[in-house]
Amino acid sequence: MCLAIPALIKHIKDREAEAAIGGITRRISLRLTPEAKTGDYVLVHTGYAINILDQEEAEETLRLLREIAELAEEEG
Amino acid sequence: MKFITEFRSSELAEGLISQIHRKSKTSARFMEFCGGHTVTIFRYGIRRVLPSTIDMVSGPGCPICVTANADLDKAIALAQIPEVIIATFGDMLKVPGSHSSLQEVKANGADVRMVYSTMDALKIAEDNPGKSVVFLGIGFETTAPTIAASILQAEENGIKNYYVLSLHKLCPPVIRAILDSGEVKLHGLICPGHVSAIIGSHPWEFIAQDYGIPCVVSGFEPLDILQCVNMLVAQIENGESKVEIAYRRGVRPEGNQQALKLMEEVFETCPAEWRGIGEVPDSGLKVRKEYQPFDAEVAFDIDPGSPYEPEGCICGDILRGVKTPLDCWLFGKVCTPESPVGPCMVSSEGSCSAYYLYGGDFEG
Ligand code: SF4
Repeated sequence: MCLAIPALIKHIKDREAEAAIGGITRRISLRLTPEAKTGDYVLVHTGYAINILDQEEAEETLRLLREIAELAEEEG
Repeated sequence: MKFITEFRSSELAEGLISQIHRKSKTSARFMEFCGGHTVTIFRYGIRRVLPSTIDMVSGPGCPICVTANADLDKAIALAQIPEVIIATFGDMLKVPGSHSSLQEVKANGADVRMVYSTMDALKIAEDNPGKSVVFLGIGFETTAPTIAASILQAEENGIKNYYVLSLHKLCPPVIRAILDSGEVKLHGLICPGHVSAIIGSHPWEFIAQDYGIPCVVSGFEPLDILQCVNMLVAQIENGESKVEIAYRRGVRPEGNQQALKLMEEVFETCPAEWRGIGEVPDSGLKVRKEYQPFDAEVAFDIDPGSPYEPEGCICGDILRGVKTPLDCWLFGKVCTPESPVGPCMVSSEGSCSAYYLYGGDFEG
């Protein structure tokens, strides 16, 4: 029930935003993430953005996972 | 970066799996607290790819499953008041209370509406000024701030026919209760990702410090879980117990301060009754006095009678991590998702439903 999915903020008006979730556009509330900007990815839970996703951290995690995969391959 | 498919790469998963196999020497049992994690683990067959040193158990992290029958009965009693419209998340409809379910009373004429968000519930209240709209506030720290926000919005917009039945539950106190009971021996905890998006990682420190159990906050994609297990194994093999975040893109150590502020403004902690676990101090949230006009407990006189537990259902033991659905003799025979006996089979995040739907993992 704590499901939250990534959504891309397209357009902000007052404390609400239009956000793209997969192929569809949904109206979401930014009351819990007032600092969110257009172009940010946020985690959406029951119509509310509960956090802004951190692009750099995501890339850093993937970089680490690629290193682990390469290491595994070498050690085969 | 779409934040989803990248974290489902099978190539990267294989790397993690082989590293886990290489590193894991000590036998260890990990609990995934969150029902969302249970679903990922079963859907992607994660138990099957882990080495035999690692045993995984599911925890009580499904808000619907842990709602006590007495509380469900309150919601069902409220639904039967003629001027009341119940607004609720869909998963609640089928959950059996002591004598009935919301779905059954709805079929008998009660006005029960499924909503996606509290914003929809507020809209229903605005559109039905002659009725009282009661939103069923069920959920953990992830959901509570959204419900706090709806009460604040109702106040701002002068909506006077909107109420919340606050049955919220808080995660850290129940983990303490489970650890204190000593019923299940744990060596690592997979901490809930979206609860932590709100509360941060600090509230888990006591588990690492006082109980010496490694904690890692995980996201919900298969790579997230594997990386989390990998980090737990590394802590165990290094003899460490600390709190780490594997889900760094979504969780900051300090959490979401704005969400915590709203939650604090509207709610205060109270004891709460958990199915199978009993009353846990400071593990619930009730509406503060200042917002009493929105509190369904105060606004309505509810007397649902004494609760009754379905015979044979062992959801309570499953929620404590002491038994698995396979220990329940009703599982798959009498109790199925189509005709569920207990909440762990109704909720899509319940352990019984996960075992039933992704059966290939039974041996895990
Ligand atoms: S299988 Fe059904 S009856 Fe058995 S514990 Fe699970 S929900 Fe309860």
